[in-house]
Amino acid sequence: MTASSIAFAAGLVASLLFILSLAGLSKHETAKQGWTYGVAGMVVALAATAGLVVDGDPGIGLPLLIAGVVAGGAIGLWRARAVAMTGMPELIALLHSFVGLAAVLVGWNGYREAARGLISFPPGSLERIHHGEVFVGVFIGAVTFTGSIVAFLKLSARMKSAPLVLPGKNALNLGALVLFGALTVWFVISPSLWLLVAVTALAFVLGWHLVASIGGGDMPVVVSMLNSYSGWAAAASGFLLDQDVLIVTGALVGSSGAYLSYVMCRAMNRSFLSVIAGGFGIEAGPAADADYGEHREILAEDVAELLTSAASVVITPGYGMAVAQAQYPVAELTRLLRDRGVEVRFGIHPVAGRLPGHMNVLLAEAKVPYDIVLEMDEINDDFPGTDVVLVIGANDTVNPAADEDPGSPIAGMPVLTVWKARDVIVFKRSMAAGYAGVQNPLFFRDNSHMLFGDAKDRVEEIVRALSRVPV
Amino acid sequence: MLIGVPREPKGETRVAATPVTVKQLIALGYDVVLETGAGEAASFADEAYAGAGARIGAAEQAWGADVVLRLNGPSMPETDLPKSGSVLVCMLAPALNPELVDALTARTITVLAMDAVPRISRAQSLDVLSSMANIAGYRAVIEAAHHFGRFFTGQVTAAGKVPPAKVLVAGAGVAGLAAIATAASLGAVVRATDPRPEVADQVRSLGGTYLPVEAGERMDSSDGYAKATSEAYDAAAARLYAEQSADVDIVITTALIPGRPAPRLLTAADVAAMRPGSVIVDMATAQGGNVEGSVTGEVITTGHGVTIIGYTDLAGRLAAQASQLYGTNLVNLMKLLTPDRDGTLTLDLGDVVQRGITVTRGGEKLWPPPPVQVSAATAPAAAAIAQPVVTRRPFPVAAKLTLTGLGVAALFAVNAFAPEPIPRHFTVLVLAVVIGYYVIGKVHHALHTPLMSVTNAISGVILVGAMFQIGVHDVVVRTLATVAVLLASINVFGGFAVTRRMLAMFQKGT
Repeated sequence: MTASSIAFAAGLVASLLFILSLAGLSKHETAKQGWTYGVAGMVVALAATAGLVVDGDPGIGLPLLIAGVVAGGAIGLWRARAVAMTGMPELIALLHSFVGLAAVLVGWNGYREAARGLISFPPGSLERIHHGEVFVGVFIGAVTFTGSIVAFLKLSARMKSAPLVLPGKNALNLGALVLFGALTVWFVISPSLWLLVAVTALAFVLGWHLVASIGGGDMPVVVSMLNSYSGWAAAASGFLLDQDVLIVTGALVGSSGAYLSYVMCRAMNRSFLSVIAGGFGIEAGPAADADYGEHREILAEDVAELLTSAASVVITPGYGMAVAQAQYPVAELTRLLRDRGVEVRFGIHPVAGRLPGHMNVLLAEAKVPYDIVLEMDEINDDFPGTDVVLVIGANDTVNPAADEDPGSPIAGMPVLTVWKARDVIVFKRSMAAGYAGVQNPLFFRDNSHMLFGDAKDRVEEIVRALSRVPV
Repeated sequence: MLIGVPREPKGETRVAATPVTVKQLIALGYDVVLETGAGEAASFADEAYAGAGARIGAAEQAWGADVVLRLNGPSMPETDLPKSGSVLVCMLAPALNPELVDALTARTITVLAMDAVPRISRAQSLDVLSSMANIAGYRAVIEAAHHFGRFFTGQVTAAGKVPPAKVLVAGAGVAGLAAIATAASLGAVVRATDPRPEVADQVRSLGGTYLPVEAGERMDSSDGYAKATSEAYDAAAARLYAEQSADVDIVITTALIPGRPAPRLLTAADVAAMRPGSVIVDMATAQGGNVEGSVTGEVITTGHGVTIIGYTDLAGRLAAQASQLYGTNLVNLMKLLTPDRDGTLTLDLGDVVQRGITVTRGGEKLWPPPPVQVSAATAPAAAAIAQPVVTRRPFPVAAKLTLTGLGVAALFAVNAFAPEPIPRHFTVLVLAVVIGYYVIGKVHHALHTPLMSVTNAISGVILVGAMFQIGVHDVVVRTLATVAVLLASINVFGGFAVTRRMLAMFQKGT
């Protein structure tokens, strides 16, 4: 038993633990166990690798390694602790970019090791294959890096969320891929540093362009797709370094991330291929300015009154609830109503918020019991029997135009059919359009009432009015 | 400007304004004068109106106002009462009363018919036909329950089991839907028929069962109202009614076609087939009746004990409620006509709603208005266009098999021809991809974010690769590897910590 055979065996254990981790996180009951498995797998993998490094006379490498892990770990823990739950999407996007950049660096090192003759190859085509692996790893890592950076900038509103539309953007993407293929062949035949630099630059530009072409409203899918890319980058490094644990883990993350994106695309009625290719190709312009009629306003006190007389209430939150940090008063409102015997449920659209499950995380943070938080398909049939729907900061996900107006840019997207309820209260800052830039006919329906202002303030007002009314 | 509210004709219990709506009219800048005792039959005393800010006056004062609000149209002698240049707002049925329209045109007044509001969503708040039909549908069920000698709801009691009443509602317009909702809430088994198949969902949403007429034809309504049906349809409908009337306890008919006599739905034979004690409410007797043998405004009992209710004043039997809703419809109209809220009425004939209700203006006859297409008409077209998008062409089985075969062959080729250690790595890769797909196949939607954040942390396993390279004796490699270690560590620690924070928040309700 040598250090390397121990490391190899530990790789198997770590891989199994990672599989158990993903499986555990598919269910609420086992989610925490899944997390534990994930941490255990990581500890096993890192410990075995560290043992191997120490065993191989690292010299100054060991203090560097310790310093790197300690500093990185400290930064990571600090960011994770400091981030507000509403800032989660940005943080995750940023973390993806780190994996991408690390993959690029590992790939470059792989090239340098081969060029300096620091690793030796048996006779045959293995050296060429090694060069091919370097190229692929660097390419995927670089695309992930800039793509994640753009997603981070868009999510944190440091960059305009509107899609960038360059002429012939599909041709650009395709051209970049063809160029990548050609460069790979060239590099395999005659490896040189400038080719590696060129492909890195090419991938940086491609990653930037892919994500910049996608509108902010579709970011949940993009973040999930980048997660998948970061997995493939890790897998490519595994090939390069002859490490099965990297391959297994990278492939797990890559395929599960891709599948998650696919599930979300289906929920949005978007083509999966067009997401990977960047940009959703929105062609239909918004319908001509139709006369939607007038909207009606309502006051918080009247909403409270409406709620006390309701038997069933559905709350459909959107990104606006996250922005206003209204989840705590919403949870309080839920508790008050449930104490009065009102049936309160939440209807969550698959793409509500800016990353998958965003609303669930916020509601969970505010301690809303998760068994009353339902997804769109579970709740849509119940709207006709619902007395009051509170639309808190959602817009496009409750837009009847998606259902009724074939000319609408969001036509065909499944939406929460809130308008079928008896009364709909829409919490909104103003009459401005939503992320898709489409006017929402819901606001002008006869059973809709607009409650203007900051969602948090308004919900708090309702809670106050409600607690004054005796049970 | 001054708004006058005269008394309604004898027999009418409703009134065009209530103390609440008077206040709203005054808020729009108008003065209001009310004829003495106008609201008496609807239980609104003169003092209540005075308390709301209205003046109480004689009939001449109310009729002589700038704007006259009425519920019923004027009788022929009453057409002389409004002063020249004034505006009269009432229910007129202009299509059925051409002489009255001509008589009003002869005066230099403006007449707005509240029962001619186009059925577009924007005008719903003025639609008195809807608000009155809603009340009438409710009352029809209450009247039926009053004459029906049994419970509506089924019960199991110590004194025996009581079956639920079965109610058939013919016509699922506003009145029909209100009747369905009321009967269902009382616990009856409710069925409903209507020639327009699109109402099936509305019927179901209120707790009724929709009975389609199987005649191989569908009716699309472009103006929101029902139209006359074909012979084949009528024959199929007749069979349905014959079948149903033998089975149900209560029938409520609401079928009306604008500008035409009401269609005959139940024949004398159908009525005779009903059980003794059954009740029929014919809500269309004013237009000739849906039921053979119904008498306008009367309750009759047939020879074998079936009660047929033919009231035409069902809405008026809830006088206070009906007045309040009609009054609110009028307030909404006045809001539309008083854009500046300054008590000055301005009629804009460019607006389809205002054009639709204007029968005459200053002696000029404007009836009938140009037809208005309501949004309901576009619904079938939208469905037709959306169809090809929704139905995806199923993937041919042969192509599927070919693709699968090619994929497997490609994987085979890689492992067969590549040198070691590629086939080993490749096998691991492919199997891991499949495991990744299956393992998260049934992920709960709420866990998408924690799952993604944990996979993100796990992908930080690239740290392993960077750690290997840090041991290499080369300055450049070591430097780059150190940076990579730093970055990957941020990812690993940050990812796991964030996931933990999220998971700690998920809790189940008690």
